[in-house]
Amino acid sequence: MAEVMEMLALSPTMEEGTLAEWTKAEGESVAEGDILAEVETDKATMEMESFYSGTVLKLLAEPGQTVRVGDPLVIIGEKGEDISGLLSELGGGGEPAAKAKPADTEAEQAEDAPEASESAPAKTSDVSEAAGNDDGRRIKASPLARKMAEDKGLDLASIEGSGPGGRIIKRDIESAKAAPAKAPRAAAAAPAAELHAAAGISEVPGEQKSLSQMRKTIAKRLVEVWQSTPHFYLTMGIDMAAAMKVRKDINAQLAAAEAGYKVSVNDLIVKAAAAALAKFPVMNTGFAGDSLYAFDEVNIGVAVAIEDGLITPTVRNADQKALGAIAREVRELAGRARDKKLKPEEYSAHTFSISNLGMYDIDEFMAVINPPDAAILACGAVKQVPVVVDGELAVGTRMKLTLACDHRVVDGATGAEFLNELRRNLENPMLLLV
Amino acid sequence: MREIAFRDALNEALAEEMERDESVFLMGEEVANYNGAYKVSKGLLDKFGPRRVVDTPIVELGFAGIGVGAAMGGLKPVIEMMTFNFAILALDQIVNHAAKLRYMSNGQLSCPLVMRGAGGAGGSLASQHSQSLEQQYAHIPGLKVMMPATPYDAKGMLKTAIRDPDPVIFIESEVMYGMNGEVPEEEYLIPMGKGDIKREGADCTIVTWSRAVHWSLQAAEIAAEQGIDVEVIDLRTVRPFDKAMIAESVKKTNRVIVVEEAWPMASVGASVAEWIGRELFDWLDAPVGRVHQRDIPMPYAYNLEPLSLPSAEKIAEAVKKACYR
Repeated sequence: MAEVMEMLALSPTMEEGTLAEWTKAEGESVAEGDILAEVETDKATMEMESFYSGTVLKLLAEPGQTVRVGDPLVIIGEKGEDISGLLSELGGGGEPAAKAKPADTEAEQAEDAPEASESAPAKTSDVSEAAGNDDGRRIKASPLARKMAEDKGLDLASIEGSGPGGRIIKRDIESAKAAPAKAPRAAAAAPAAELHAAAGISEVPGEQKSLSQMRKTIAKRLVEVWQSTPHFYLTMGIDMAAAMKVRKDINAQLAAAEAGYKVSVNDLIVKAAAAALAKFPVMNTGFAGDSLYAFDEVNIGVAVAIEDGLITPTVRNADQKALGAIAREVRELAGRARDKKLKPEEYSAHTFSISNLGMYDIDEFMAVINPPDAAILACGAVKQVPVVVDGELAVGTRMKLTLACDHRVVDGATGAEFLNELRRNLENPMLLLV
Repeated sequence: MREIAFRDALNEALAEEMERDESVFLMGEEVANYNGAYKVSKGLLDKFGPRRVVDTPIVELGFAGIGVGAAMGGLKPVIEMMTFNFAILALDQIVNHAAKLRYMSNGQLSCPLVMRGAGGAGGSLASQHSQSLEQQYAHIPGLKVMMPATPYDAKGMLKTAIRDPDPVIFIESEVMYGMNGEVPEEEYLIPMGKGDIKREGADCTIVTWSRAVHWSLQAAEIAAEQGIDVEVIDLRTVRPFDKAMIAESVKKTNRVIVVEEAWPMASVGASVAEWIGRELFDWLDAPVGRVHQRDIPMPYAYNLEPLSLPSAEKIAEAVKKACYR
């Protein structure tokens, strides 16, 4: 019996994916677990594995085509099997996934087709609901989940469904109110971000290019965050002379020991920030609608520029890791980030983020908070600048840090105290080694 | 408490009601001299004599009509259909007469008749003798339909059915006659239209009746091993069914599976599921699940029959699905 495989959600926030490449052709045999296709998600290019063994009977999308999660992608069955019935059921491939599923994959028992249609009313109802919604943008939620969301003032659009076809169910609503990661800014105050074209854009001649999945997600999320999160900024100059000296010593010794890696200024900042966060847990907190969510882990997202966007691979439990471990981990994650090979769990679950434009010689800048974090640290370049020491002009080594804070979670004084602790760590870099 | 068989519980109910009210009599194929095809009427002929325990020829339409007439005339007949597969022959008397008399006579007539007998699959009895036909009666306004799942319920429910002023269809699962269960010595009645929670649970409700109660209870054990806490409601009366009990349970569990031995199309389970979907819409976290017999005539082959019927495994799988596990 031929099986239809649908576009899978390959990242937690993926709603649609662009088929980059088929790695199997029609007529080719495939085993369960074989790579069928490469799919560009909003975060990375991911390999999609086959759930079934058999022969690829029909590819339902072309490379470059965008396919919504749950929509049919490929039919796998026995060689020579007649799939005309299945194809007409699919109605050309663009129909909602529910239609695509042959009855007996649905039922409580795979081989039990006659019962299947009845025992799985889930799909029956999905079909009729989806039929009138060809754009696929309709939010699927169980009746109970809808009611709970309404009672709690949660916006379903901001909640990810974990049920079949992305249906939002009871447990999604429950975790949405508990964990800010899912929908910290779901409260009525934050209208769902819509992507509007900039005013007057068509008055100038130009070429229109469609957004990549990553660009789309960045656009959507940043509008959402910027509109819903009251940012305030604190900038502080740090004396980096001692830190640069320590770094130089460490790297010289690492080179002598042929360790194969170096410690960067950013690694020092990650370590210093993690240590400061452990001391100021209030900065390691997310806004959760009607509550604050204090994270148990200090996980630092490190912004990495990649082709056509950026991503924040996460160093988990950074406060418990040695400087060298952090250096190696950041290097390894950033490398795979540039190749778009990060796994979802490697770029989520951050509790604080760091963005560094020092290598571009930027003095200072203001960053946009990366939810669910309450703050993000923007780092400028380490520079030789004139400074006043004991009333005398001297040459100093300075770096400017700008902390962006979510004012719903922390206030100016808290942010300032945290920055001072961060400065203490960086200006006394031996603290980072103990 | 003493344990007796399902058939003996029914026998006691008949004997007690015949003792209590001399207008009650039993009629049907082989109920008297042969003591009943399933021995439900064992000893009743000796005890109450041939005027009150009456053997009939093999003419279902005829003796159903005699039953309706006797009920109109003031008696309280208990008509045994050897199995409900044969009651199809008597449907005109049941649907067009028994069910309609009170309404069409503007309440001048009533029909306090009980039609009881075996239903459902019995094990390699083939497609004509393995049917669950409660839907045929539950569909009809003017009829009540009771389907016990335990000896205790069987006795208390049959006594209630006999005392009811209107026609009651009372279907006993063919495979349950030998099932033992606790039945107290003292008299008790089980109210019409009242379900029974056979197992309490918090995560998913199974609504069922008759033989499927036992599959469902086994399914609950399987689900429990996977950490799913299942509540099993035995409707006992399928028309009218206990909406309040279902509502209370579904509001607690948010998930529900309707399990029945019958076919899926236009069945009692379909109606119960439809009612839940409509009335409890806002309480549902998953579509109303259903498990039922395959939509085919029952195969004669002994190995195919259980594949066609619901099973504990199929029900447990449906529960899992409803719980998104």
